[in-house]
Amino acid sequence: MCLGVPGLVVRVDELTAVVDFWGVRRRVRLDLVDEPVSVGDYVLNHVGFAIRRIAPDDVEMTLAMYRQLLAEAEGDDLMAADVRSEIKAGAGSEE
Amino acid sequence: MNAPLEFRDPVQARELCGALARATDSVGGGPASVMHVCGSHEQAIAKFGLRAAFPKALNVIMGPGCPVCITDQPEIDEAIALATQGVRIATYGDMVRVPGSAGALADAQAGGAKIDVVYSVAQAVEQARETTEPVVFFATGFETTAVATAAVLLRGVPSNFFILSAHKYIPPVMEIVAEMPGTRVQGFLAAGHAATITGYGVFEPFVERHGLPVVVAGFEPLDILAALVKLVEMIGRGDRTVVNMFPRCVSRDGNANALRQLWEVFQPIGGRWRGIAHVPNGNLRLRDEWAAVDARRQFTIDIASLWRHAPASLVRQCICGNIMAGIASPADCALFGDACVPDTPVGACMVSSEGTCRIWHEYGGVPDLRGASCPL
Repeated sequence: MCLGVPGLVVRVDELTAVVDFWGVRRRVRLDLVDEPVSVGDYVLNHVGFAIRRIAPDDVEMTLAMYRQLLAEAEGDDLMAADVRSEIKAGAGSEE
Repeated sequence: MNAPLEFRDPVQARELCGALARATDSVGGGPASVMHVCGSHEQAIAKFGLRAAFPKALNVIMGPGCPVCITDQPEIDEAIALATQGVRIATYGDMVRVPGSAGALADAQAGGAKIDVVYSVAQAVEQARETTEPVVFFATGFETTAVATAAVLLRGVPSNFFILSAHKYIPPVMEIVAEMPGTRVQGFLAAGHAATITGYGVFEPFVERHGLPVVVAGFEPLDILAALVKLVEMIGRGDRTVVNMFPRCVSRDGNANALRQLWEVFQPIGGRWRGIAHVPNGNLRLRDEWAAVDARRQFTIDIASLWRHAPASLVRQCICGNIMAGIASPADCALFGDACVPDTPVGACMVSSEGTCRIWHEYGGVPDLRGASCPL
């Protein structure tokens, strides 16, 4: 799938970051991200990799869109299921 | 639920529906046809009943936008052949259920083959680190997932980790579909997040060669409506350019870091897309420098042994290929919703959450309610 999922960077190590997805913390890889990321940044993630640092001005709208998508999903809604799969794509976080 | 968001605003939606009707009228000369190439776009269109808002004279077709669906049967067969030879296979979830020539990976698994579902190629690499036996990652998906495959290889993988690449590259297939007799596509909606990687500049040569406009669109219902208005207006005016309606995520040049890694590991090569055609430069093959991790060069893969089994008669009736080429819809298929349902799929389009048949089935069978009032 190619929807991706946004999350908040809570820790940065050399090659990976711990990212918070609505309370679920996963470790994502930073190999592919388009620019350097720091704690407090939001990143868009796909199959366990951050692929884009979300510009601060765009964070609120991006999060609102996903919040709504997940909130209104009933049962096995396809889009929400795809987003949840994206969250599972990160490695388990040690935090 | 949250307060209605700007991109769900019903007033804006009605305005956009009106603008879409006016733009479609201005095209003239029979129904206008546009194609999108993204499962997430079709999910949003079906989920929000957007086809109810489309003018009767506008066909919005889903093309080859489902990475699971366009993986060709012989590619599935290669994974099944390796698995039945005893090699451990890791792959993305939906791939396990997609039918090959004789059954799916799930059938091989039921017969004792070692098949693991992963959400990320990085998880497959971790599995390889925990064992000494070979692990082959059956790598599927478009450039959005191919960049991840490239990244793990560049970072270094254990010597028992191999890639069976069935990765596909979207821009070349647009060239094929644009020229297919019977499709008559007049413009394309390009998928926002795929273009996050490639940049919208990748579509410029296409626009030049085929004289068809391309609009990059986001995934919200209003994003899609606004992009369609723009696209149909451009068709009416004969305006042949690329317009980026998803600047929040997409730039002209895309993600240079990811693209550098993609092309360091892969090279485009011609190959078949299931049900569509041979697509020049449509497949992504590991470069010669990566021969040591290329499962096709490190294993003998005997797919001919699978071909002794004739395809089941239901499979012969499946019209997935025509659906992905945009010349048929699930409603045209005799199996849809009857012999072919998500729990017992006959064709690939019913397996994946991004397949047209699965999406239409999820959202009520035939979500084509043109002529009804605007749904938002």
